[in-house]
Formats: sequence, structure tokens, C-alpha cells
Amino acid sequence: MATTPNAATPADVPSNPQVLSRRWFNADDIAHLVTLIAAASILLITVLLVYQLWVLSAEARTKFGWHFFFTQTWDPVAGDFGALPFIYGTLVTSAVALLIAVPLGVGAAIFLAELAPPKLSSSLSFVSDLLAAVPSVIYGLLGVFLLVPIMRTTVQPALKKTLGFLPFFKGPSYGIGFLTASIVLAIMIVPFVLSVSREVLLAIPRDQREAALALGATKWESTWKVVVPAARIGIFGSVFLALARALGETMAVTMVIGNNPKISESLFSPGYSIAAVLANEFSEATGNLYLSALIELGLVLFLLTFILNGLARLLILVTTARGSGVLPS
Amino acid sequence: MSMRLVWRKSLNVVMLSLTGLCALLTVSALFFILGYLVWNGGKDLSWSFFTHLPAPVGEEGGGMANAILGTMKLLLLAALFGVPIGLLGGVYLAEFGGRTVPFLVRYTADLMNGVPSIVMGIFAYALVVMPMHHFSTFAGGIALGIMVIPTVLRNTESFLRDVPRSLREGAFALGANKWRMIASVVLPAASRGILTGVLLALARVAGETAPLLFTAFGNRYWSPGWNQPTASLPVVIYTYATGPYEDWHRQAWAAGLVLLGLVLITNILVRAFLTSGTAYERT
Amino acid sequence: MRFIKKLSLLVGLLAIATTLATAQGQVLLNAAGATFPYPMYSKWFDLYRQVHPGVQINYQSIGSGGGIRQLLDKTVDFGASDGPMTDDQLKQASVPILHFPTVMGADVPSYNVPGVSAELNFTPEALAGIFLGKVTKWNDPAIASANSGVKLPGDDIVVVHRSDGSGTTYIWTDYLSKVSPEWQTKVGKATSVNWPVGLGGKGNEGVAGLIQQTPDSIGYIELIYAVQNKIAYGRVKNATGAFVKADLAGVSAAAAAAAKSMPDDFRVSITNPEGNKAAYPISSFTWLLIPSKFTDAKKRDAVKDFLKWMMTDGQQYCEGLAYAKLPKEVVTKEMKAIALIQ
Repeated sequence: MATTPNAATPADVPSNPQVLSRRWFNADDIAHLVTLIAAASILLITVLLVYQLWVLSAEARTKFGWHFFFTQTWDPVAGDFGALPFIYGTLVTSAVALLIAVPLGVGAAIFLAELAPPKLSSSLSFVSDLLAAVPSVIYGLLGVFLLVPIMRTTVQPALKKTLGFLPFFKGPSYGIGFLTASIVLAIMIVPFVLSVSREVLLAIPRDQREAALALGATKWESTWKVVVPAARIGIFGSVFLALARALGETMAVTMVIGNNPKISESLFSPGYSIAAVLANEFSEATGNLYLSALIELGLVLFLLTFILNGLARLLILVTTARGSGVLPS
Repeated sequence: MSMRLVWRKSLNVVMLSLTGLCALLTVSALFFILGYLVWNGGKDLSWSFFTHLPAPVGEEGGGMANAILGTMKLLLLAALFGVPIGLLGGVYLAEFGGRTVPFLVRYTADLMNGVPSIVMGIFAYALVVMPMHHFSTFAGGIALGIMVIPTVLRNTESFLRDVPRSLREGAFALGANKWRMIASVVLPAASRGILTGVLLALARVAGETAPLLFTAFGNRYWSPGWNQPTASLPVVIYTYATGPYEDWHRQAWAAGLVLLGLVLITNILVRAFLTSGTAYERT
Repeated sequence: MRFIKKLSLLVGLLAIATTLATAQGQVLLNAAGATFPYPMYSKWFDLYRQVHPGVQINYQSIGSGGGIRQLLDKTVDFGASDGPMTDDQLKQASVPILHFPTVMGADVPSYNVPGVSAELNFTPEALAGIFLGKVTKWNDPAIASANSGVKLPGDDIVVVHRSDGSGTTYIWTDYLSKVSPEWQTKVGKATSVNWPVGLGGKGNEGVAGLIQQTPDSIGYIELIYAVQNKIAYGRVKNATGAFVKADLAGVSAAAAAAAKSMPDDFRVSITNPEGNKAAYPISSFTWLLIPSKFTDAKKRDAVKDFLKWMMTDGQQYCEGLAYAKLPKEVVTKEMKAIALIQ
């Protein structure tokens, strides 16, 4: 038993040997069983969730098959449903949100990890964590009353004037649409990028930086060319994590995206996302096909976030020693 | 000094200042949000806001008393449902464990944490509302409770692991068996961290709207017991903010302030409480 | 720890206290559905609760589509819709559903055009064109021809429609289907359609909110929402060629012919009626959807009593909220139909 003094290793710590004879009614075994059931319930709930989503979406899956992912129409009257507009909206808003949030978050993380004195770094990081705790509906509230008018009267016309030749900035500016939703999402996911990137950067050993500086690099060069590349896998992980979060955001998005299932290259136009259509139409879908089409969308969203989160955890794990505890014991 | 050196030095200054700007922007976002809500919502906080029921549509006045109580009831249910399971699960992972099951459970818990809350709402609808044939506080509580479990589980495990071995061995030396050691020695030692994790998890689900849309539904009056639909702060904020009535908008701001205040205060107190003692591990 | 315990104890006590409130024989009814009559229903249920303190009717305005669906799923005690249930939907119900008209209202074309304070006239062709996405600018001849003397800007029209399943949508698309063959084939009429253009708002509330906040927008909302929120709304040309602004007289006139020949199940459309100069062409009844069999006798009696109250005392509050009262013939017929609820 010469292991580290502070970690509890379950395998090493024995049960009371005196009650080995009464295996089945051993209080320790009951405790073992009860806690095992509690832990296994997570697995049970996940399985049940996937099962429910799978079963309830059966009607839509059998009727549309793979075609579901390539159809643009969403026509409850005719009973014709396609997921493309929602997948498009979800991906576009998340992608643009990442474009804004990742430079911001990584930049701030670099500042906090490399430049700021430790106290400032941890208090600013604390503030960023608080930002992550703000409920989605509050972001929606601010989005609707504050951001949308600004977008409509100031930002979007300005973009149109300067970059209007690009297909992304054409069309009338309602204030509501892909761009506004992306901006709200960006603010919501920056804290995730920031906190994980900061941890990952801090985990890079000091001698890497010092070696670079010893070779004559400026502080920026040592950061950008040595530390960040060493941490890049973890930073990618943070990007995936943020992406997974952005994909599933519901309330803030549905309040500012326009709720129109149309595909358009212009970021000014209204659109729809999977989470938003679920929020709007789930409690009203009349008819089993309609409902099961919506649940199929829910299944798609679930799988997307599940896979992305899995990849993210893996990447972050690889970079930080602490990781997320996935490494066995 | 060569041109190249000048370039490198100026690039250094520029880029580093940019990163400082990024940090500043991120941090100021929070203060801006908070400030705006205080300014806009603070002026409509009144006694009637906290104690009255909503007025008929289109009429002025009325308050959110039922939504506030509804949120509290939902959180109570979520805690009752989610905390024991998460706690016991965390105990299993830290104390009993093995290799495969803990690995699977941890991984799944992290993944469940990332599942969009609207999907949880659909799940709770299919699981609770459909068989029961009505919307209820209970269904909403289950939806939120499921969301609480992964956070509490990982948090409990992490704090239990931090308890020093010597404490455990001391308990055994005194003749305790395993469960006694856990219950009387290890859990109390980790209780501070575990409690903070629970509070953080509850603060997070307090603001969730999507899962409540088709479970707790909504109620313009008091919701007696646990079997009836109930109003809740986030859902009312959403409904009022997207409506046309000026009075609704004012109430939405006030409610937003209350909700944000609750969430932020919990987060600040809890994290400050934690860091003043043992070093904490952020989930 | 102790503080948390005390807090939980407090909340628990509160919960128990509110639970006990039920134990005193309160009848709790849950209903959901149309946003079209929501201001009226919320006032009625509030008033009724004051007159009968033991009965609490919790109505959630989630749209007619939602009302029908939740009724079919049996998660609410009764529903409400301004689009009558289709035969297919009625087949899905486990017990026969009865339609009870409550009030009549109007869908108005509501707009927010900066610089235009006059009341605009809309022809059926203009409305269909706008919502089909073919009429894209405010100064398009289709609109301008009916509004000589009004300076219309050359801005793009922002169309606003419902994002949720809506009876208000049903009324609007029912009207458009009658006046525009292209609309009929391309889009059709239902509570939820495949809109060619526009932003989606949730509920009448959401659409009104969007119109208010979006310049150059036009949408369809129930009359009271435009009135209460002071949003401009225009006149519509009816089947006889007259431009009529939505009001109580216009709506009642639209229902006049239908009132006399009301079918037994009360499902009738009164959009674009012929022959009446004063009729507002986009009017409609709105219905409460009541199951014909209740398992809980207390609930059944409460519902029947409410219906009776609604048709007698309740009707006096309609006009204050810009809804038209039910015609006398319809009330008589409904009173008889109440007996069908068991």
C-alpha cells in the first residue's frame, strides 16, 4: 500500500473481514448495491431516453427514411416534413457563433493564462464562469429588446454598406435572423471556450515557455508559436464543447431567429433551428406523423450533441493531466 | 535595431493588448447584462410583483407570485429526485468502483450533461405527462431532476476522492465497516464541496425554460399540490417577453432581474465559500 | 447546511399548505388552446372564479393547434380553437368532441409602416399577393391602387405570420383560399401551413409583438390585439366590393346568414360572406372544444355551469374587448347542446 497518501483507491481499502461469513446481508454489500443502482441509473436514463426518441420517431423514420435529411419542405398540411432547414439553421448559427466566440475566447484565455497575474486571472475567470451561469431566457430577453433593434438600425445596414457585395449580407434587414441569433449564441459560448482553453494553457509546463524565451522569442511568439500549438488539441476540445452547447441552445435562439424554415445564404434572413422548432411546435403537433417528425429532429439533435461532447471530452482529456476523470481510476 | 526586431516587438505589444481586449470584452459582458437588468427591471420590482397573481390579459397590474412559488416547488422536486441519486452514484464511483462501470458512468454523465434541455423536456413529456394524462409540477420536477443528476454525481465523486486516505484508515482502525466509514467520516469531510455542487446544479436548472414548456406547462393561478400545471419564472419571462403588452414587458424585465439575481448570488456565494477552504475542482 | 434544511422545510410547508387548499373541494380545470380569444377567456375565467370561488379554470394560450392536440392527448380537460376540428381529428378522439361557439372575432391585417398613419385599404388580391411573396414592396400597384392619396414608401414588406399551430391562421388561410385560387393550390388552409415568406411569431401575442417592433411589417392578428396595443390595422374589401374596417357590427353582419342556418355541430366558416355590404370578410366564430363524456362528475358540472354562464352573463363583457356577441339563435341552439355533455 505504498500509493499516494491522499487518493482513496477503492481496491486497496478492505471491508471489515469479520462479516465475510454473512455475504448476502452484509451492510456493506447493501451499500454497495444501493450506490451501484444509483450510479447505473445514469446509464438506464440514457438508454431509456434514446429508446423513447427512437420509438416515438418511428412513423417519420419509416415514411421518409434518409430523404428526411435532404428535404426542404416543412408542410404540416400536406404531411411532408424535411429536416434540412432546421439542420441548416442550427449549423449556420453555431458556425458563425464559433467564428466570433473562438478568437474572443482563446484570446482572453491567452491573456488570463500568460499575462495576467494569478489573482487577476482567477478572478476574471470567476466572472467568466458567472457569465456561463446566466440562464438562456435572460439572453433571449436582452436579445429581443436590446440587440434586435441595434442590429436592425445600426449594425446590419452598416454591414450592408461595407460588405454588401457578399451573399451573406444581402437582403432586407429585419434585425431578427441568423446573424442576431449567432451573436447571442457567441456571447453564450465564449465562457466555455475561455475556461477550458485557459486550463489547457495553464497545464502546459513552464519550461516550454522558458525555452522559447531563452531562444530570444518575444512573449507573444513564445505563446503563439510554442504554448498554443502544444495546447491545440485541448483548445479544439473546447471548441467542440462550445459547439455542442450552441447546437442545443433553445430559448435565446427562438426569440431572435425569426422562426421561418427557409434556407438562405444571407445572414440577415430569418431561419429556424432544431431546438427552436421543437420549442414552438412540439406541444401543438396535431397528428402522429407531425409529432414523430419533430421527435426525429430531437433524436438528430441528441445524437449530434452526444457525439460532439464525446469527441470534446476525449480531446480535452488528452491534453490536460487532470482531464475530466475519464481515465480509469 | 533591425526592422525585423522592431516588427516582432510591435507585433508582441499589439497582439498581447488584443488578448487583453478580448478578456475585457468577455468580462464586461457580464457586468453589462447585470447592469442593464438592474436598471430596466429594478424600477418595476414592487410588493405586488411578489405577491399578486397575474391580471387578465391586457389589463395592467398583477404580479408573479405563482411563478416564484412554482419555481421554488420545481427546484425542491428536482433536488429531492436528483440529489440522492447523484450523491449515492458519486459514492459508488469514489468508494466502491472498479474499472468498467465507473468509466462508463462517468463518461455517460458528462455526455448527459451536454444534452440539450429541450430534449430532456421531450423525454419527461413522454415518460411522465403522457401516461399521467396531464401536465404537472411533478413532471417538471422530474425533467429538472434528471438534469441535476450528472452534475451532482461527478461533483460528489470528485470531492470524495479528495478526502485524505488517512481519514478512511483511521475509521477502519476504529472498527467501522465500509458503509459506516463512508457515512460518518468521509461524507461529512467532503460535505462542503458536495453541498456547493448541489447548489450550483440547482442554480443552473432554476433558469431552464425549455424542459418546462411541455411538462409544468403553465398556470395563471396558484398551483396546489404537485399534480397540476404550474407557472415558473423562466417560462413566464419567455411568454411575457414575446408578447405585445407593455405591462408584460415590464414584468418580464423585473422577473429577469429576480431570476438572474438568484442565480448569480447562489453562484457567487457558493464559489466564494468553496475557495475559502479546500481547493476546488471546477466541474 | 442548517439554513438549507430550514429553507426546504419552509418550502415544503408552503407546498403542503397549497395542497391543502385543494382538499377543500376545489374543482381544478385545465384548458388550453386558441390565442385568438385569450383576452376574453382570461377575463371570463377570472370573473367566473370570483362568482364561483371553488372553480379554477387554468387556460393556457398555446394556439388552436396546441389546444386540439392536448385535448386529443387528454392532457387538458377541454380545448379551444378558432379553426374547427377536421373530421380526421375528430376521429382521433376517444370520445366525441362538441364544438361550442363562444364569441366572434376578426382577423385584421395589421401593419407598422413608418410615415403611414392613415388606414390602408386592402383588396383580396393584395393580401394574397403579399402573403404569397409576390407583392414585395409597399408601393406596389396592388396596394397603391386601393389607397390613392396615401404616400406609400418603396420599402420591402416584412410579412409576419404564426410559428405555431393557430386557429387565427386557419381563419386567415380559409379567407385567402376562398379569394385566391393560387393560394388554395399552393398553400391551402389549416392551422399550420407552409408559409412562402415571412417571420414567425408565437401566438397572437408574438405576432403582435413582432409587428410592433419591426418597421414595414404586416401580419394578421385578432382585432383586440391590434386595439389593445394600438397597432394600425386596415380595411378589407368584402365580397360585395365595399371596404370594411373590422368592428363589432361588421363581424355580426358576417355571421348573420350563418346564424340562421347553423349546423348541429356548430362547425361553420363565415369568411368572405356574400350579399352583405356591411360584413367584415375575415370574421370567425371561435369554439370551446368540450368532450361529450367526463369521468369526473364535479368537472362535468363545472364545465356545464360555466358554459351556461358564458352564454348568458358572460356575453355582456364581449363588446368591451371588441369581440362580437353570439347571435341569439346560436345561443338557443347551444343551450340545448349542453345537455349532450355527460
